[in-house]
Amino acid sequence: MSGEQPARVSVDVEVSGHIIDSLILPKILDQILTRGGRFEIKSFQIGQQRDDPSYALIEVQADQWSKLDEILASIADHGAVPVNNLDCRLEAADLDGAFPEGFYATTNQRTEVRIDGQWIPVEDQEMDCGIVVDRQERKARCVAMADVKKGQWVVVGYNGVRVYPQERTAERHSEFEFMTSAVSTEKPKGVAIRRIATEMRQARSEGGRILVVAGPAVVHTGSGPHLCRLIRAGYVDVLFAGNALAAHDIEEALFGTSLGVRLDRGEIAEAGHEHHLRTINRIRRVGGIRRAVEQGLLARGIMFECVRHGVDFLLAGSIRDDGPLPEVITDVLEAQRLMRRKLRGVTFCLMLATTLHSIAVGNLLPAWVRVVCVDINPSTAIKLSDRGSIQTLGLVTDVEPFLRALVDELEISDC
Amino acid sequence: MNDTPRILMCPPDYYGIQYEINPWMNRSRPAAHAEACRQWEQLRRILADTGATIELLEPVPGLPDLVFTANAAMIYQQTAYLSRFRHPERQGEEPINARWFSEHGYRVERLPEGYYFEGAGDALFCGDTLYAGYRIRTDIRSHQYISRKTGRRVISLELVDPYYYHLDTCFCPLNHEAAVYYPAAFDSYGQRALRENIPLLVEVQPEEARHFACNAVVVGRRVVTNTGCARLHQELRRLGFEPVETPLSEFVKAGGSAKCLTLRLDGEDAAGWRREAKAADSVPAGLDSPSDTPHFDVPAADGNL
Repeated sequence: MSGEQPARVSVDVEVSGHIIDSLILPKILDQILTRGGRFEIKSFQIGQQRDDPSYALIEVQADQWSKLDEILASIADHGAVPVNNLDCRLEAADLDGAFPEGFYATTNQRTEVRIDGQWIPVEDQEMDCGIVVDRQERKARCVAMADVKKGQWVVVGYNGVRVYPQERTAERHSEFEFMTSAVSTEKPKGVAIRRIATEMRQARSEGGRILVVAGPAVVHTGSGPHLCRLIRAGYVDVLFAGNALAAHDIEEALFGTSLGVRLDRGEIAEAGHEHHLRTINRIRRVGGIRRAVEQGLLARGIMFECVRHGVDFLLAGSIRDDGPLPEVITDVLEAQRLMRRKLRGVTFCLMLATTLHSIAVGNLLPAWVRVVCVDINPSTAIKLSDRGSIQTLGLVTDVEPFLRALVDELEISDC
Repeated sequence: MNDTPRILMCPPDYYGIQYEINPWMNRSRPAAHAEACRQWEQLRRILADTGATIELLEPVPGLPDLVFTANAAMIYQQTAYLSRFRHPERQGEEPINARWFSEHGYRVERLPEGYYFEGAGDALFCGDTLYAGYRIRTDIRSHQYISRKTGRRVISLELVDPYYYHLDTCFCPLNHEAAVYYPAAFDSYGQRALRENIPLLVEVQPEEARHFACNAVVVGRRVVTNTGCARLHQELRRLGFEPVETPLSEFVKAGGSAKCLTLRLDGEDAAGWRREAKAADSVPAGLDSPSDTPHFDVPAADGNL
């Protein structure tokens, strides 16, 4: 995370005429500075003869777009006009599932495109996508490569696209600013957890949805009951996981073991290694997790609470899955599409003890969604940041004490 | 080239304060029409007495500011760079001006759509350089456009006081190297640009600036202004000019004075390009370039100028 450096945006402007004799150039440069901007003169041609005009190409920089816009408006009156004062360039996709060459590749930061002289916000912001524009509706949205359809208008090149770097000092997130390093191994966890609880309460009170991404270690470490309490208290709106979390959670509900280990005593159960297979088989026989709950076969655990409390859960499959459980979506592209749909309205994301699902979800999230990644392995949070989810706060800890403390902090006392 | 100065004026038949587009205008302070006509007629006579030919633009009902012909266009050689007014109240003058110039043998040049340019009100030659005001009425893009078209150096000057909304209300070239100006109407960059480029600058005091001392018509040595500019006149006399005052109070109510009521059709005396035109006229047949020294009908620069 590069939180120490202020975010920077810039636009190239050009000015020509007798800008030296008129002192227009120094005036423009002075205005940029006095309004809190910076500049870099990228090119400068001085008129050879007295009557020859001069030309300057200036990169104007500011910390944020609002300030840059203010500077640009003020220097425009003195003849400095953006070079890129252009609409975005659109090209029709010539086939399904691939962008035209030179497509604009998105970031996870808030983005706008210029259409007919107006800046339009890009919806469904997501990194590593293209931008598809609906010209009639004057709307733009991020679309994944696999989902683009022939004939859709795709933004090509960099003209008419502007990106708003995530403001790290926004007051709303000031509670997180005490942890400016990406991964905190040596920071007091209590303080962090207290503040995460505050964020979760705030997200809920503001009507934002809370997403939990969880790996099977949540079950193996005996944290299942804590997560259940979070669900019962209404702190989980969406759950993303894989076959393993659900399988071991249900295994625990049916056999009292997770991957064959008795969670109450920590001992390996006789033929315990078969438990998760028998679990998956039993759920497949009744047609799925929801049916198992309806039939009373599944009466406790994370998945049970999800069904009972209407948590919008999604299980994405992988090639090493046993079974899998009937609800597991084995087509990864289809899983991605569904995840995108379920991510709408999410403002807070808790990632618990899972590397692959965390990175997958991080790729889909816009930069303004607060992400807390809890993992005993620091590389999970580092990988997330390295892949562009710079908003991640990493906590290196076993997930069980974290969840226990979080539940306490949220004063959940119903069980 | 005919040396007789030619000045375009428009009789104030329909002049009046009918709207407010500058801080001088106030509809509750109307211009006295008969007095305005007398003042205009007296100005016309003074200018005719300098030997200038006065040409008339026919007044049009509903266009009260057509009387301010300085804003019709900027004259450069035989081209009239037509004004594109910022305020809709004056945009109706544009076709009238265009017709007059094309009927009188000028090439009419229109600036691109969306540009603002208010003619000689905001663009005055002093020597080879065009000094041009911007921000309040004219926009700076127009300067760049005219510079490209004419190949002349344009010094852009930001106007910062709404009372001095046109360059000709705060700046008046006297000849190739001298000008009158009111410093406070410009920002510090503009003041410096003027000081660095014009050898002799005569500063006008605030109270005389308010009497439109800078809004002067220069014909040869004669400098015609509104009344109430005694200190400037004294300084002009010291420099060898012949200042003349004439009351123009009824036009000051609309934010204009002597210069605003006139447009020099053959180019201002201070315009360097007139010198080139005359030199070209005096080239004997068969010669490619002038070999004689062009003569001036303005005071030659002495030690002070």
